[in-house]
Order: sequence, then C-alpha cells, then structure tokens
Amino acid sequence: MTKLAHFHGGLKLAAHTLSAPIIDSSLPEELIYPLLQRAHHYATPIVKINDRVLKGQMIASANTPFTAPIHAASSGIVKAIEPRIIAHPSNLTDDCLVIETDGLDTALTFSPCLNYQNETPENLRAKIHQAGIVGLGGAAFPTATKLAIEQDIHTLIINGAECEPYISCDASLITQKATEIVQGALILQYILQAKHCIIAVEENMSQAEKALQQAISTDSIQLISVPAIYPTGGEKQLIQVLTGTNIPAKSLPTAYGFICQNIGTAYAIYQAITHGIPLIERIITITGQGINQPHNIRTRIGTPIKHLIAQCGGYNKDVQRLIMGGSMMGIALSSDAIAVTKASNCILAMTGDELTSKPAEMPCIRCGDCATVCPAELLPQQLYWYGRSGQLEQCQDYQLFSCIECGCCDLVCPSHIPLVQQFRATKGAISIKAKQSEQANLAKTRFQNQQQRRAREEQEQLAKAEKRQATIEKMKAASLAKKKTL
Amino acid sequence: MQFPTSSSPFTPVNNTVNRIMLQVLLALIPAISLMFWLFGRAFLMQLLLACSTALLAEACMLWLRKKPIKMHLLDLSALVSAVLLALAIPTIAPWWISVSGTLFAIIIAKHLYGGLGYNPFNPAMAGYVFLLISFPQQMTAWQLPFDVISSATVLDHTKTQLGLGFSIGEISTSPLFGYVAGKDLEYLSLAYLFGGLWLLQRKVISWHIPVAVLLGLTFPAFIAYLIDSTRFTSPLFHLFSGATLCCAFFIATDPVTAATSNKGRLIFGLLIGSLIYLIRTWGGYPDAIAFAVLLANLAAPSIDYYTRPKRVKQP
Repeated sequence: MTKLAHFHGGLKLAAHTLSAPIIDSSLPEELIYPLLQRAHHYATPIVKINDRVLKGQMIASANTPFTAPIHAASSGIVKAIEPRIIAHPSNLTDDCLVIETDGLDTALTFSPCLNYQNETPENLRAKIHQAGIVGLGGAAFPTATKLAIEQDIHTLIINGAECEPYISCDASLITQKATEIVQGALILQYILQAKHCIIAVEENMSQAEKALQQAISTDSIQLISVPAIYPTGGEKQLIQVLTGTNIPAKSLPTAYGFICQNIGTAYAIYQAITHGIPLIERIITITGQGINQPHNIRTRIGTPIKHLIAQCGGYNKDVQRLIMGGSMMGIALSSDAIAVTKASNCILAMTGDELTSKPAEMPCIRCGDCATVCPAELLPQQLYWYGRSGQLEQCQDYQLFSCIECGCCDLVCPSHIPLVQQFRATKGAISIKAKQSEQANLAKTRFQNQQQRRAREEQEQLAKAEKRQATIEKMKAASLAKKKTL
Repeated sequence: MQFPTSSSPFTPVNNTVNRIMLQVLLALIPAISLMFWLFGRAFLMQLLLACSTALLAEACMLWLRKKPIKMHLLDLSALVSAVLLALAIPTIAPWWISVSGTLFAIIIAKHLYGGLGYNPFNPAMAGYVFLLISFPQQMTAWQLPFDVISSATVLDHTKTQLGLGFSIGEISTSPLFGYVAGKDLEYLSLAYLFGGLWLLQRKVISWHIPVAVLLGLTFPAFIAYLIDSTRFTSPLFHLFSGATLCCAFFIATDPVTAATSNKGRLIFGLLIGSLIYLIRTWGGYPDAIAFAVLLANLAAPSIDYYTRPKRVKQP
C-alpha cells in the first residue's frame, strides 16, 4: 500500500451517490453544437445549411491548438447555424450548429487501428485531434494539445477521483468499461513514453475499484484509492495526494514530469484509436432532488438537457435551480434548452432544501477559516479585502489566479460572503485592466516615437539653418575682404 | 423551462457569526456564575449596565451609519464586548464607569473604525484601557469576595510590597492570597479555563493563541522564578492572577483583531504573553492584559504580512 500525502485544506462533503444503473438516452429531434469551445476560441463549421450529415462525420474543424473538431452524433440535416443560448455563467447566446436528426442514425464507416504500437506517437496524437477529444473532466482542453509537450513525462495519472459530491459519471463509466479504460491508459502511456501510470479512484467507489483491479493486467499501471476529500479531483491536489509533490502556483504539472487525464478521456482515446470512433457520446449524471428518477445517462453530445430530463422522469415540482456541473463549481443555467457539451459531466436540478437559503452577507470577521480550507493555500480573506477595495495589484501578489474557484471558502465562511463570485469578478477586472494598459502603453510608445521624431526633425532644421547662416557669414566676410583688397 | 440563476457554490453554509458569538457567550457562563457567587448583586448590576448600554449604543450607531440594525444586534458581537468588559471592571465601581467604558468600546473602538470586522483594537480592551487611564482610582479598587471592603488586587499588592523590599515569601502570607494567587478569585481562572476548553472542543477557537499566550507568559516567569524566587513570582501565580486565562481564551482569540494564520496566531499569542510578563514585572501598571492585547492588535497586520503562506510569497 502506497503511503498517500494530503493537500492543504479541503472539505469532507456529504456524498450523494447514485445507485441507479446507466441508461442510454434516446435520439433527440435536435442536436445542438456551440462553436465556442474555450474562451475566444471557435471551431469553424465545414458543412452548409441543408447538408445531410452522418453519425461520426466532422461538422466543424479546429484551426487553433485550443479547439477540437466537432462531429455529428447522429445522422440528419444541418438545420441552422444561428445564435442559441449556451452554457455560460452570463447566459450568453452564441453561434450554434443545429442538426435535425432523421431517426435513421446512419453512421460513417470508421477505420479502426488494429495495433496502436505500430503507429508513431505523432500519428496517434493526430488521430486523437481528428477524433475531437478534449479533457472530459470539465475543462475541455484539447487532449492532443495537452499531449504534445516537450518535457519528459515520467508519470501518467488517470484521474478517476470524481470532482464533486453529486457527480458519479466517472464511477459508472469505470464499472462498465474498466478494460477499455485500461487500454486507453496504455495508449496514453505509449504516446507519452511514460514509465509509470497511476489510476486514481476515490475510496467510496468500491465497485469501480474492483472492476479496475480485474482489468489491470500489467505492472506498469498502479491502482490507488484516495480519500474522498473535496477537491481531490483537482489536478494539482491529486498529484500531491498520490506523489507528495506540491506543484507551485505558476507551474504546470508537466514541468514536474506529471500529466493528468480524466477516466472518460482515456475511454474516448481507446474508442478513437482502436475503433476509429470520434468523441460523440459521453456519460452524464442527471441528479438532484429536483429530478424524479436520477440516472447516469450515456448520451449523444449535443442533446438538449430537457430531452434527458424527460427521460429521467421530469422535474419535481419544487425544482429551483438547474446546474451544469456539480453543486460546488457548476454553472446555473437559465434554460434547459441548452445542450450537453463535451465538458458536461453532470446536470443537477436542485430544490429549495438543497440550495443555500443564503443568509444576509455580514462583514468579514477575519476568522481565517477560509484560509484553513483553501486547497490552493491562498488567503481568501486578504484577496477579498484587496478585491473589494480595487487593489488589483495586491490581488495578483496574493496569487488570485491560483484560485481554482472550488468554493470551499464560501462554504465555511461564517459571514456568508460570496467569495468565489467576488474572485471571479476581480479576475475579470484584472484582465480588462491588463488589456487597457496594453493599449495605453501602445499609445504611449506611439506618442513618444512621434515626440522623438519631431525633436529630431527640429534639430535637423536647426542644424541646416546654422549651416546656411555660416555660409552666409562666410560669403559676407569674403565679399568684405574683397572690398578691402580693392 | 426557465430557471433563475446564481453563482456557485450551491451548497448550504454551515456556520454563522451569530453562532460563533453565541458560543463565546455560553462559554462565559461559568465565569459569570462564579463572579455572581463571589460578588453578588453588585456584579449583576455591572453586567446589566454594560450589556444594556452596549446594545443601545450599538443600535444608535447602526442607525446613524444606516446599517441593518436587527441583523447586527443579533450577531451578538456587542454583547460579547460588554460581558468581557463587565467581567474586568471592579464590581464596586460607580455606575458611570461601566456605562462610559462600554460607550467608548462600542462607539469609538468599534463603530468609528467601521464596525464589526473593521476594528483594529479589541473593543472591550480599548474600553478598559480608557477607563484605567481616565479613572485609575475607581478602576483599581476591588471588592474582596463575599465582602464589601475594598482592597487592592493581589497583583497590585505584590507589586507595591516588592517595591517596599519585601520578599515573595513574606508577601504571600497576606490574607489576600489563596493557594497560588488571589484568594477565591483563583477559582475564576478555572472557570475561564473550563469555558475556553469547551470553545476549543467546539472548534470555535483554535489552540494556537491560548497556548502561545500562556507559554509567552509562563516561560519568562519560570526562568525568572528559577533565578530568584524571592523577587519573582511563580509561573502559577501568573497563570491564576488577574485575567490571564480569560485573556488567553476569550480576549486574545477575538478573530477580528488577532492574526489570522496559525503561525501568525502563535507569534501573536507569544507577543501578548511576553508583554503581559514584561508589564506586570517592570511596568507601571499592576496588570497588563489590556495593554498587551492592544499592542499586539497593533502588530497583527504586520504579523499577518510576514507569515503569509509559501504559495502567496512567490513574487
């Protein structure tokens, strides 16, 4: 048994496990694909309206390392490319590609790869990119880009520690597809040429652990069960628990030879490489007291949430909030017309009982509980203080950008201060200010250059005038001398 | 279907300021009861005066500052300040002593600095120091337990007698002394200890400040006592005299005015403890808790600054 380390802070939260089996979602009438992938990065549609597309066909391509291609999850007609509401904290609408399904579910013929070890890692990475695979833990960072690193990786970590209490999609995927996940891990290990591989699950996922134990057939993969302390699923937190390495605020795990991939990503990679199937499906947890029959559902990416809710017996009458993600870090959605994206791991319908009937905000009494639970080892009370008074530089000095917005500080604050909300706002203010000062600097350099140019020109003119004056003097003196000699 | 939105997290919060303050008040009940037993109705009068003045002053200031009155009265922070002050004022002091002390604590030390959470100084201690400096006569005359005769406290008595050239051995034969410190009053320290341990067990306070205060006081006392036990009082005497234990568990632990990190809290506590020893032994005032706390309050922001966690220190 490996001795596990602890990360700073964290909270033991009540687990909301889901015992219901995985069900398959039915085919929705519409599949909706937002083109916005990560902040400011869009995929480019490669189909036109009224085109017929097949299941697995690429419908939008990726032109930057921060985007991944999108594939149709069923056959049908491209109905529209129009603004629709997307899963965003500010309820933004943005361009979405909408497919009207035809019910036939006709698929492309996929080209499987019989033995991945005959391929070069570059080839496999290209296949992963073409399959549209992104990190399925929630961040949705393109996996091919994450795998294309220069540093040597000694340890690959397959993260099966669920991010949050309500979410159980990873656990249910492991129970069903343990062998495939292990295969995916081996492919990843081959691509990275990593010596070690650790698959981490949480201690309360006994079924998943058993399934993985049976599936692991090589010594290079180690299975470790970690204590269920929120946020163990965080990348840096998990690395610290597993290996004792504390990765500093501004560094990435890869700088230390570690890389983390989600369980779901490993499965998607197996599907893409071994069977040639792009990422068009995922498992999502539909739960909360506001849902009549909570389930883990295998669903096509692009399925509207309301379709899944209907399949889970609809809403309870007390439903108050619809959240994409978990109760700690999720986004409250304003409508259930929004579709499941690659990053969606959970839909949580909460009732008043589950929600915070948040008491009024009180002044900070500097109890320091927030700093005690902060997994990033920050001082939330100081960040709050500086953020509130607009001292943005101080916020940066206090490492505001290391905040992972896990919400632990909010939960323990006796004054009920919405700390995470304020930190998000402050981060936004800092970004805006940085952009403004960049523009101001540009204007300043331009102005200074102009000033210099003018000064130079003036000097040149002065020099010219002096020269001219000197010649005139010379000529005068010469003519005077001439007169004298006469 | 449409839904209202809000910001994460969406999980109920499990603590409130009001609950923290309420637990502090509950933890003071043993000390309050003992004071009542020792000094009778005189103490009860002081307590009632301080509490009602505090609530009234708090309400007026909140009204003037246009803050929600009910919410802040119910946070009980004013009551905690009032009770701590009442416990520190001599029971035979005239009524205007506790009234003016409480007014100073609530109006000047608390609200003029911005109210709960913004006050750099512990309001109760600021009120106490205001009284001690302005009305030294009334503030140093304590009533003997179960009696109406006024006398000096043991700390005061020891100080004067030491100045007159008596040894500790001679001084401690005085009827003012009990087992280790002030007769009967030493039980009061046990009451604070009991309440303080309960707060620790309830996790309302962490162990860092109390342990550091007691260590900061007893360590130098122990060294000095080893060197010359005729001139320096024993560490036990220091622990059980005056309001040492009250300070360690109830006053120094006020989160608003203390350092916030655990390391900072240790330094903060050690500073208070050693200042108490220094002022008690060589200073002009017999007891030093209030001065030590206020001085450490002043240092708290700097302590916080220099004890930032490693992650934050990175340039």
